[in-house]
Amino acid sequence: MADDKMSRRDFLLYAMGGWAAVGVAGVLYAMYKTWEPLPDVKAQATTKFDLSKVKPGQLKVISWRGKPVFILHKTPDMKKCDNRTIAGEYTVVLGICTHLGCIPNWEADKKIWHCPCHGGEYNACGVNIFGPPPRPLEIPPFKLEGKTIVIGEEGPEYKKLMGQA
Amino acid sequence: MEKKGGFIEWLDRRLAITAVWRIMMSEYYLPKNINFLWSFGVLTMLVFAILVVSGIFLLMYYKPDAKLAFDSVNKTIMMDVAFGWVFRHTHAVAASIMFLVLYIHIARGMYYGSYKAPREVVWITGFLLFVLMSATAFTGYLLPWGQMSYWAAQTITTLFEKIPFIGPDLVIWIRGNYIVADATLTRFFALHVVFLPLLLIVVTAIHLYAVRIVGSNNEDGIPMTKEEKKVKGIPFWPVFMAKEYFVMSVFLLFFFYLVFFNYDFAMDPINFQPANILQTPPHIYPEWYFLAYYEVLRGFFFSQNLGLIAFVASMFIILFMPWLDKSPIVSGKHRPLYKIAFWVFILDFLFLTILGKLPPTGLFAWLGFVGSIVFFLFFAALPIISKIEKSQVERAGR
Ligand code: HEM
Ligand code: FES
Repeated sequence: MADDKMSRRDFLLYAMGGWAAVGVAGVLYAMYKTWEPLPDVKAQATTKFDLSKVKPGQLKVISWRGKPVFILHKTPDMKKCDNRTIAGEYTVVLGICTHLGCIPNWEADKKIWHCPCHGGEYNACGVNIFGPPPRPLEIPPFKLEGKTIVIGEEGPEYKKLMGQA
Repeated sequence: MEKKGGFIEWLDRRLAITAVWRIMMSEYYLPKNINFLWSFGVLTMLVFAILVVSGIFLLMYYKPDAKLAFDSVNKTIMMDVAFGWVFRHTHAVAASIMFLVLYIHIARGMYYGSYKAPREVVWITGFLLFVLMSATAFTGYLLPWGQMSYWAAQTITTLFEKIPFIGPDLVIWIRGNYIVADATLTRFFALHVVFLPLLLIVVTAIHLYAVRIVGSNNEDGIPMTKEEKKVKGIPFWPVFMAKEYFVMSVFLLFFFYLVFFNYDFAMDPINFQPANILQTPPHIYPEWYFLAYYEVLRGFFFSQNLGLIAFVASMFIILFMPWLDKSPIVSGKHRPLYKIAFWVFILDFLFLTILGKLPPTGLFAWLGFVGSIVFFLFFAALPIISKIEKSQVERAGR
């Protein structure tokens, strides 16, 4: 009888504990979800840009998901790299230093990007050539529609580049 | 029942306030062999009170919205609100001085061995207070939405990207956007103004309660029972607090001198430009109180991952002091070897703080590396020093 009573008490304890755990998990999940990006933020997923607007030697900075994207129309004197060149003559990279996320500045005379935060440097292909950055500047997913680039969608050209790299 | 009347008696019968008063204040005894460094605990509470009061007044005009925040601080509070600038300068200077007072409070504990048994819980709760205070300062720094605010938040949140597997998603989750944006500002605001101060108050209560249970340490690290202290010590109230009021008034003179005549150090000039998501300022650095850890992050300039691990370790390692240092001798006053290690550590911390503000190139990069190594050598030396001292004590005992 005493055993019986104990086990009934244990059962109630576990049942209550389990039920409380479900409740706590539910509350934590809801709290977690409130911090996710809002739908209109997620909707800024793609950006379109007409590449022919960039003259040779020129750099344009556009914004994709709030991040800067560098579009550089390369000239023959700049560093060559087939596996990072888009539409034959453009470097298109995320303008976010792969070290700690500062925005590197284009130094037209030296034809490099220089990161103001810790002195990292990238060549005209966006490849890191000096300092703390561990990787080249990232190439964002893109799709080509003629001379227009759609950033944020993976087209065949993007997959081909990624395959080579 | 005795009919003594009076409001205090009436309340006492319902709340037992005199018992609480006795435990916390009038019958809490401190040893006599303590010095002015023991007043810094109460000073942190004073600074915290100043932060809360000045913060509440800032709150009345501050707008936690990316479009409005900068002007609400730099125009409304600074120019339009009568005496608004006093409250802003007070808040910013207090945030900065809080860390000065905290660091002295921590260094006192390190030097006199206050982290050792039986005060581990005091040490752990104190460490939590430091972490919470750092989080409060970090979230608060974003609020004025200036260039330095923005880029400090951007770089520090980027650090989380390096956590294996979940990193990149975690960063987006913390920011509520792909970059630091309005969602980030508003949630940091909620943390800074409600959640973190609330936790700070709760943990402070536990910290004080723990000190009341195990008693204050003293310069010589001599353990004393409550009874011994009753005879040889002084009561917290009114004797200790009488001295504390003197320290507080000197401190407040210094503090308000800074608020009115020298507040610049707490406000970076770059932060008077509104946040620009497409333009990083040429040189970014944290507030002075994080420079040492920041320099450890940069110190391992040849490996980003190592730097990151060292950075996290440098902030958390002091938590483990009670277990790294098991020496039977408590106070640094009676530990020649430890004394040397301690002062080398303090100098190294200052050295790292200075380097943290300089550009990380050439010689500075190497000095940062050496400084970072020395920082960790202090903690690596603790078990060795304890072992030497343990055998010395045993030999002397025999
Ligand atoms: C607990 C310790 C606290 C610390 C270390 C701290 C730290 C800071 C820092 C570093 C700033 C940026 C200063 C500036 O650039 O002006 C700030 C701003 C702010 N804090 Fe605090 N704070 C604390 C408590 C509080 C509390 C309790 C409140 C409100 C109840 C509060 C409300 C604010 C507001 C509204 C701002 C934005 C206005 C401004 O930047 O001038 N703070 N805080
Ligand atoms: S963020 Fe660019 S070098 Fe560190």
